[in-house]
Amino acid sequence: MFWDKKAETLKPDELRELQLKRLKKTLMQVQNVDFYRKLLSGAGVKASSVRTLDDIQKIPFTKKQDLRNGYPFGFFAVPLKKIVRIHTTSGTTGKPTVVGYTRKDLDAWSDLIARNMTMVGVGENDVFQNMVNYGMFTGGLGFHYGAEKIGMTVIPSATGNTKRQIEMIKDFGVTTIHCTPSYAMHLSEIAEEMNMSLESLRTGIFGAEPWSESVRRTLEKRLGVTAYDSYGLSELFGPGVAFECPERDGLHIWHDCFYVEIIDPKTGERVSDGERGELVVTPLVKEAMPLLRYRTGDITFLIEDGCLCRRGQKIARITGRSDDMLVIRGINVFPSQIEHVLLKIPEVGNQFMVYIDRINHLDEMTVEVEINREFFSGELADLAKLQKKVVKELHDALELRTTVKLVEPGSLPRFEGKAKRVIDRREAE
Amino acid sequence: MDTQKYVIRQISIFSENRPGRLAAIAHALGEEKINILAFSIAEANGFGVVRALVDHPEKAHDKLLSLGFNVAFTDVIAVKMKDQPGGLYEVAKILGDAGVNIEYSYAYSGKEGAVLILRVDMVEEAIQKIKTSGATLLERSVFH
Repeated sequence: MFWDKKAETLKPDELRELQLKRLKKTLMQVQNVDFYRKLLSGAGVKASSVRTLDDIQKIPFTKKQDLRNGYPFGFFAVPLKKIVRIHTTSGTTGKPTVVGYTRKDLDAWSDLIARNMTMVGVGENDVFQNMVNYGMFTGGLGFHYGAEKIGMTVIPSATGNTKRQIEMIKDFGVTTIHCTPSYAMHLSEIAEEMNMSLESLRTGIFGAEPWSESVRRTLEKRLGVTAYDSYGLSELFGPGVAFECPERDGLHIWHDCFYVEIIDPKTGERVSDGERGELVVTPLVKEAMPLLRYRTGDITFLIEDGCLCRRGQKIARITGRSDDMLVIRGINVFPSQIEHVLLKIPEVGNQFMVYIDRINHLDEMTVEVEINREFFSGELADLAKLQKKVVKELHDALELRTTVKLVEPGSLPRFEGKAKRVIDRREAE
Repeated sequence: MDTQKYVIRQISIFSENRPGRLAAIAHALGEEKINILAFSIAEANGFGVVRALVDHPEKAHDKLLSLGFNVAFTDVIAVKMKDQPGGLYEVAKILGDAGVNIEYSYAYSGKEGAVLILRVDMVEEAIQKIKTSGATLLERSVFH
């Protein structure tokens, strides 16, 4: 099912032509923003010097900090009277980032949500409970208007009062929910405590934080839904930037609205298809707040194979943040890759710590991992075998030799909130 | 022959190779008034397994488990040896001749003579051979 079949299945040359046309328009639009006038003249880039899509590489990146420096309205390219809504992102450090929308922006945004929801097969016969914050967070209103657009019956339940949420799912025959994966986990536990089965549920849309395949399996089992990953960020409207189709093997990012590059976070150079790096996006249809080459900080890669659903090229599920990236003996390593390897080895736990040292001018990575209580046979030989197995699996995934230390169950630190699993001791030298 | 009564439960404890781990284990057992008859430490790359023969294996297991240690039971056998030159040879030869492989072993020498604790690949076979050769095996019932 398509919401906008033409836009969703553009042929490569049609797509490039449209992207270039829209990029040129965006370059005109950014002329209304002081920051961009300076950025472009500083880099010696004129609107006319971008003749092909590849020419975009002449333009410097825009970073999150640049947006913060523009607080509050420094990045608006239209007068405030044309702005019909403002959202902000949670500022964990310093001031929040402000994003603004014209009427046309809101329409374009809800259209993307409509594409996503139609793609996973929901529509006017569905009852949709939107269990995210409706305040400044873009997830609430963003999904709300998209779901209304495709004619769903929308319940703006927002967050909190989980028992009431569960009653509504039951009483209103809710088929589709949207929330964070951690809230979905909580919801399923409370439903179990209340002895409530949520038989009407069929589709779960989860986003706003990273979640693993094992969480997907758990949620699907406990809630009886098919779970879809949703990706977005307020700087690029909000949710709806990329979304899983029923294949659930990567997320379709809407190339007619977002020009995608994947770069090496250290060098800023583009990486080749299939190689992991930071997602850089130039939104192509934003009016109130156009951006050029915005560094999302999210780590992914472009999936080379086409998709059965005939939509455009997919990105892999987000596997971490570029701030977390380590460079070890010249190889880029993301802690999430280590986590991914460990998840596949049942004999060890999911907690881990990574230590980086420089020994004789060489980087050495040590991974501490807990052995699983049930696995311990009492035999040293089995432990040695397990240690070798972890070393090999890590080597296969990272192309790096690591030292693996097996530690006692429960001995590694547990983190609430943001985990700090990497200790880089190389600076001390 | 009922060979099962000669199969003894050793407790095996996973331990990281860092200071204080053995002390923690020994302290826990001491608190429960559990006597350690024999023990050994096997060390590999950064970790080890502490193996112990104790008078109350079940109690030791539960206590260590409650403290968060990773504990497992391992079947071993214990053979009385003459505490004199050639004592070990007698026992080792019986097993060697029978083609029984010793995976690891440790020993203690007490008031009632010396005892060799063995982890072997073929437990039944080893017990049969040792019994028919006239040597004495400690019974499981010695440990509560």
